[in-house]
Amino acid sequence: MDIKRRDFLKVVAGGGLLLATGEPAFARAPKTLPPNALGILYDATICIGCKACQSACKQYNNMPPDHTYRPPELTDQIWDNPVDLSAKTLNIIKAYKSGTGATKNREVDGFSFIKRHCMHCIDPACVSACPVSALQKNPDNGIVSYNKNACIGCRYCQIACPFNIPKFEFDKPFPQIRKCQLCSHRIEKGEISACCEFCPTGASIFGKVTDLIEEAKRRLQLKPCTYYKYPVSTVTSSYKLLQPVDKYQEHIYGEKEGGGTQYILLAGVPFDKLGLPVLPELSDANRSETIQHTIYYGLIAPVMFLAGLLYAVHRNAKNEDDNN
Amino acid sequence: MRSVDGLDIAKNLEKQGVSRRDFLKFCTVMATAMGLPLGMGAKIAEAVTTLKRPPVLWLSAQECTGCTETLLRSSHPTLEKLILELISLDYHETLNAGSGHQAEESRLKSMRENKGKYILVVDGSIPVKDGGIYCKIGGKTALSLLEEMASQAAAVIAIGSCASWGGMPSSSPNPTGATSAQEVLKMKAIKTPVVNIPGCPPNQYNFLSTVLYFLTLKRLPELDENGRPKFAYGRLIHENCERRPHFDAGRFAMEFGDDGHRKGYCLYKLGCKGPETYNNCPAQLFGDVGAGAWPVGTGHPCFGCSEKGVGFTIPLHSPARLKFITPPANFPGIAEERGKGVTVAAVAVVAGVAGAALGAAAVTAKNLGKKDEGQADTETKER
Amino acid sequence: MTESKPLGGKIITLPFLVCSFIAAIAGFLLIKRFIFGLGSVTNLSDGYPWGIWIAYDVVVGTAFACGGYAMALLVYVFNKGEYHQLVRPALLASMFGYTLAGVSIFFDVGRYWQAYNLILPRYSQLYSVMFEVALCVTTYIIVLWIEFTPTFLKKFNKETLRRRLNRTLFIFIALGVLLPTMHQSSLGLLVYIAGQKVSPLWQTGFILLLFLISAITMGFSIVIFESIVSARALKREMEIPVLSKLAGYIPPLLGIYLAVRFWDLVGREKLGLAFTGDLKANMFIIENLLYIIPTILLLSPSKRSNPRWLFVSAVSMLLAGAVYRFNVFLIGFDPGPGWQYFPSFSEVVITLGLISIEIIGYMIFVKRLPVLPSLSQA
Repeated sequence: MDIKRRDFLKVVAGGGLLLATGEPAFARAPKTLPPNALGILYDATICIGCKACQSACKQYNNMPPDHTYRPPELTDQIWDNPVDLSAKTLNIIKAYKSGTGATKNREVDGFSFIKRHCMHCIDPACVSACPVSALQKNPDNGIVSYNKNACIGCRYCQIACPFNIPKFEFDKPFPQIRKCQLCSHRIEKGEISACCEFCPTGASIFGKVTDLIEEAKRRLQLKPCTYYKYPVSTVTSSYKLLQPVDKYQEHIYGEKEGGGTQYILLAGVPFDKLGLPVLPELSDANRSETIQHTIYYGLIAPVMFLAGLLYAVHRNAKNEDDNN
Repeated sequence: MRSVDGLDIAKNLEKQGVSRRDFLKFCTVMATAMGLPLGMGAKIAEAVTTLKRPPVLWLSAQECTGCTETLLRSSHPTLEKLILELISLDYHETLNAGSGHQAEESRLKSMRENKGKYILVVDGSIPVKDGGIYCKIGGKTALSLLEEMASQAAAVIAIGSCASWGGMPSSSPNPTGATSAQEVLKMKAIKTPVVNIPGCPPNQYNFLSTVLYFLTLKRLPELDENGRPKFAYGRLIHENCERRPHFDAGRFAMEFGDDGHRKGYCLYKLGCKGPETYNNCPAQLFGDVGAGAWPVGTGHPCFGCSEKGVGFTIPLHSPARLKFITPPANFPGIAEERGKGVTVAAVAVVAGVAGAALGAAAVTAKNLGKKDEGQADTETKER
Repeated sequence: MTESKPLGGKIITLPFLVCSFIAAIAGFLLIKRFIFGLGSVTNLSDGYPWGIWIAYDVVVGTAFACGGYAMALLVYVFNKGEYHQLVRPALLASMFGYTLAGVSIFFDVGRYWQAYNLILPRYSQLYSVMFEVALCVTTYIIVLWIEFTPTFLKKFNKETLRRRLNRTLFIFIALGVLLPTMHQSSLGLLVYIAGQKVSPLWQTGFILLLFLISAITMGFSIVIFESIVSARALKREMEIPVLSKLAGYIPPLLGIYLAVRFWDLVGREKLGLAFTGDLKANMFIIENLLYIIPTILLLSPSKRSNPRWLFVSAVSMLLAGAVYRFNVFLIGFDPGPGWQYFPSFSEVVITLGLISIEIIGYMIFVKRLPVLPSLSQA
């Protein structure tokens, strides 16, 4: 019996070591961009904050108004005025402001808009977290969609998402999760996401992620105070608007963050100031699944452990039963 | 100008003091109202002057004559004369020269001669309850008259809310079974196309534009799912309202005559139905007297008279249901306060429970200590 | 081995009535939750989608209910027959703890009417930690009831059936060790996917091991705690010699725990965060002090056999485990600037109601079923 205890402790210690090394044998390869990944490029420097995208999103996704933002200077609020993304708001324009807030796209004494919605991660934490496959990533276009018929409402996706995107209807007796699904119902009909279609300046453009990243890289090469023909609605659109170029942050948000996202952003203000988290390149989903996989790979370890337990308990419980 | 059927419209017009220039101007205005390109003005002029005056029959059912009245008040070059002589108004209860059998004869004669070519204008709702006995003309029910006249018409234009969707007479409890022309035709399986020009009264120019469109292009204007011409009913009143900026900024008149009301703030909270009523009132205006000549312009909330399920249905001062979500004038910051925080009751309960638990644990520990010596003694003794 | 007997006595007592009253209020609030949605009774938000119903009722609740697991591990795996008298009461507490955790998950999930999707193969998502935890906990609840069935059978004199069940019981006992090993560790892994939303003071790959060890120590502590409290409450003699021997296992376990905890923090260079003076740092210090105190106390054999110090250590360890779990799931969890959460009054009352039901059930069971060892043996 003493031998057995020692063996058991060995197993425990071994498991601990396995975790300790951080380079387990079953480490999962990072996921790559789906072949026809669709996405959105948002350029905060040319966003005018008109919220056309926000209202188009409401209209084409049949979302109700939301009156959660109540700044003190507005005593009487009725119109759609959400404070953040919610189960009623899948797309929102927020504003960053510092100091006097005089100049657009400046970190100090400036302001900037930021458009927030689902990032459609290449390796989404919500999909990895969901126990019932209610959230799924389309293997072809990479859209992360939600199936309410599968969902049990555990809200683990909300815990998991680094961007706090999935939203839950806490005010309903039969609630569901709500999130941007990149207007997949419109894409099916050959249309594009409503937010991009209705953006008047080309701040949000729709297209293949590879094209969008190319376009983003092109914009980072531009010199401030020159002019550039910004495509409107889609990245390949022939309708372009000649607009002055502002100074960009030398960073394409979403190219690498959390394993990469299909919603990528450019801005004149550092992204963490705009409320976007600073994330490592390895996704949380990857790290979590690696540990989960190491322990439960093919259920080998649990089954072996169970076999040992069965042997021990059978032997030890027998004398007990006789005594009892 | 050419003369057709021995009738020289141009000469006729000049006799009545309408110059050719004025006439063309009118035609261009109508073209604009219909959303047609400017060049269409000349085409309209051609259409109304070269053709035989198209016959129009006007059937009045359960109505208040408001629609006729509004039409009479058109003031572009003496419009009632212009139109009533441009078209051949063969039957109209209010405007008929003759009366009784004479009038009925004129109707029948026109129907015989212009079978399949005349335009039927319906004004007022059709009572269908009890066989339609609640409205009779010349001994015939409005129901049978409509059936008879609509089946032979080129098109039916339902003018006013009553004819378009039932209007005021159809409000609950609807004692006469008031029904719209469209519904009656559907009931009787009559295929004649129907154009609805709802409103109480409707804007006369929406009606005139529809008639002229039909005359000019030989087809009906583009209609929405409710049979309304899109050029007039394509947008919500809310979308074109001059008070809209106040709405977006959250500035509202709270009661009639208050400060906000006097400053011209949005009337949404007084029950304005603009956000759910499709009409061009803020753009077209009424009475040809210039800006502000429409209900909201004068400081009264829109009543939704032209919208089925709104006017005569929803109480005047209850707020409208918003059809579209459009942006406000302010922006939430990056990190606003969200979620629900501490309340006194919750803290009290948590603190109470935690305190009680820790207290009980402490007391237990203390008592255990007291007993401890004695118990330890007894234990050792036992052993 | 010891003989177990029902205690007997009145069911309806003052504590019974108080607990019933709290449970009744909780029941009313639960009706409200099912009619008007979670938001009507809880302070949950999109930033803090999990509140005390998960952090306390499920995570801390099941850890408190690890008595059965810890004792089974000791008695049946390491063959320490001398603790056998402690198994059955521990098993009963585990059964209640886990069952109520299961019930409270049912209150907490939003789309409870399709919770069975978890067991439909076409929906199962094997990569999900939640999937493993949910299935494991559900199975373990069933296993616990089966493990406890002989006691029912004894009560109702179904001897043949009991013997037959006893022959296969070892399978369930083995499962009863395997399943908690799996899910008590995975409960910690649940937050691993939340990445940066959990403070580095708690977010680590070792969270599996830390949760597992602390769950086992909490199991031992709850056995000591329950034994002392029920001895006092039911005016029975204490089982001090057995308990103090049991307590001897705790310091080495906690030693391993603390070593891993701090070695990991130092290795990741995050220990400095513990001294920033904010809420998270202070809670970290409290949590670890509560762990260090019993480790030191129980190292001394004289203190180990003193009921007072035994009790203090047990309470301290239970608190430590609870604070650790609260820290991981609520205090260390930060969805971003601006978000706040504190349980609402109703939320707390519902949790209290569940605890009340647990106490009522435990009292009825020990009075009517042969759970506690008979007095002559004590």
